[in-house]
Amino acid sequence: MRNAVKRTLLALGALALVSGVAHAQTREIRVMLANHPYGELLKAAIPEFERSSGIKVNLESLQEGQLTTKLTTEFATNSSSVDVFMTRPLQEGKMFQKNGWYEALTGYDFADYPKNVMSVATFGTRTYIVPLVTEWQVLYYRRDLLAAAGVKVPTTFDELEAAARRLNSGDVAGFASRGKGGAAVTQLSTYVYNYGGLYLDGGVAVFDSKPAVDAIRFYGRLNGTYGPKGVTAMSWENIMPLFQAGKVAMWTDASVFYGQIVDPAKTQLSPDAVGIANMPAGPRTNSPFIVTSWGMSIAKQSKKKDLAMQFLTWATSRELAARGMLANITMARSSVWEDRAVLAKVNPGLVQTRAFAARNGYPLDRPYMSAVGEARDLIGELIIESINTKGTSANLERMAKQRVDKVNELLEDTGEFKR
Amino acid sequence: MIHSSFADRHLHRLFPLPAMIFVALLMVFPVLYTLFLSFTNWNLTSGQPPTFVGLRSYARVLTEPRFLEALGRTFAFTIFAVAIEAVIGVATALILNRSFVGKSVAKTLLLLPLVATPVAVGIVFNLFYDPTIGLANFVLTSLGLPPALWVSHASTVIPALILVDVWQWTPMITLIVLAGLAGLSEEPVEAARIDGASEWQIIRFVTLPMVMPVILTAVILRLIDALKTFDIIFAMTGGGPGYASETLNIMGFKYSFEYFRMGQAAVILVALFVVVFGCSLLIMKLRERSET
Repeated sequence: MRNAVKRTLLALGALALVSGVAHAQTREIRVMLANHPYGELLKAAIPEFERSSGIKVNLESLQEGQLTTKLTTEFATNSSSVDVFMTRPLQEGKMFQKNGWYEALTGYDFADYPKNVMSVATFGTRTYIVPLVTEWQVLYYRRDLLAAAGVKVPTTFDELEAAARRLNSGDVAGFASRGKGGAAVTQLSTYVYNYGGLYLDGGVAVFDSKPAVDAIRFYGRLNGTYGPKGVTAMSWENIMPLFQAGKVAMWTDASVFYGQIVDPAKTQLSPDAVGIANMPAGPRTNSPFIVTSWGMSIAKQSKKKDLAMQFLTWATSRELAARGMLANITMARSSVWEDRAVLAKVNPGLVQTRAFAARNGYPLDRPYMSAVGEARDLIGELIIESINTKGTSANLERMAKQRVDKVNELLEDTGEFKR
Repeated sequence: MIHSSFADRHLHRLFPLPAMIFVALLMVFPVLYTLFLSFTNWNLTSGQPPTFVGLRSYARVLTEPRFLEALGRTFAFTIFAVAIEAVIGVATALILNRSFVGKSVAKTLLLLPLVATPVAVGIVFNLFYDPTIGLANFVLTSLGLPPALWVSHASTVIPALILVDVWQWTPMITLIVLAGLAGLSEEPVEAARIDGASEWQIIRFVTLPMVMPVILTAVILRLIDALKTFDIIFAMTGGGPGYASETLNIMGFKYSFEYFRMGQAAVILVALFVVVFGCSLLIMKLRERSET
């Protein structure tokens, strides 16, 4: 009897050992992607990687906000099995780096990336994020409506307002830009810059300055007077269908949506009817945001860093970047923007507006800080107040001052004040 | 047969043990852990480990205007939604308790909102409420009425959300009250009728008092649920425009998963727990009184 027990135990032990070895030999990684055009492109291409590398990729894709939440929860509780993930450098970069959730990428060749792009991927001397996608702000407009009204494509804020007035009718909103509080902060940024303001300067909140408040008033006046009904509840996902349905004449938002606006499966407009132009200049300058909206990183907690690196190298390769460009995704690598074969197939409007933004743009579209979510909501309150009063609110200066104090408190809480 | 004197002697403790462990792990532990977190300053954006700060997070959160507004909004949403649901739900139950042609079809139709997923309901209602291309404004303007902004404006967002809650959850009250009505004895009603009471008097003085404990049960269940409403509001407005539809639960979510201030989020959730617990106790006391 005792022997039988011994034998069973031995057999079980051997089995455990074998299965352990087998487990160690499975070449599998867990990858988290965003529901973003580049995430979709990767999803479709991953079988190629699996075939060539022999590594099985377990894939999850989530909407951007949920992706941040999911990664944060897993990393903070030390329970993550994620190896590689898409990440938003400006939204979560500082927080993830501070908490030590990114693996430093020592062996990666970053020569193909512009310096300003690398500035949000690098902390100190180490780089943690491979930039994937660049976005800049543009003006989308309806060629047909502008032509019918005899309006030229606006190149200044004054012309933009005049055009919005001319094009606005009962059926079509003359102008639209995000009005939904925190979500609108990125799209307001170019207006603030073009008026000569900033959100943060040297680790201090400064969006209560006269230029910044003037910009918020202008944004509120345009959206409140010529914007679609209920614009304070609208982000890009609400405005895009309206534009595609022909209900908006001009729309300022990120360049990333161009592919979807002209996609015949998604729009009622003919591709010829949609124009794309540089953001109009403000009273002070013309400096649209141009940002690294997405990057890719390896999790510090990953136990398969070599496999993860193999995947990362493939997913951020020049070849895939070229494929992204052909799908109207504006990639961060410099070389694909110099490749004539690629550029021949990319919309010239995208090429031209990128060149302008790369020359004159500002590399941030939000307050760049760890507590960015809360700071965006605070600035968002000003946007809603301004839109609701069509830019005339008597409280705006006072409100801006209070919100600046609160954002400075957040900066102090996280040790980023005046840094 | 194996005899174990220990098991025999402790049978009454052994059998409920798995259930008790289950309850402790899945219900008591999270509540206690949340309570523990509320005494810390755990903030993921600072990159620092949590430290014990006593009641400091309570002092900061509970005095914030945004918290007080969310608290008021939670009560307003709950009271109006549940009151409307109770009135319409009981009235519908009284109608359905009579026999008429098509009664079973009406009962089945009534159940449909209950089985719909709240997030899907939210998405459909958002399309319905869209100020530019939505059906709701089309109906209003067709009737010669001015269009409304529904969930897109601070002044109309809470009533518009209450409407969705009423649409979805009134049938639950109807269903519970209907079951209560089916269990009532017919004799008091007949006695009242013989005494010459009108139909309205019978409902007011005989049926309703008899079914009141059941109505209160339905109201307690709805009340607890409405105080914690998350899915419909999150799917439809995310608490906006601005914070105009931010209830305690939504605020707790934003503090934890958008601001990553875990300690302060825990304070909000403890406050919500106290509110729900207090309201339930209050209604249970009322119920006891109505029974005696």
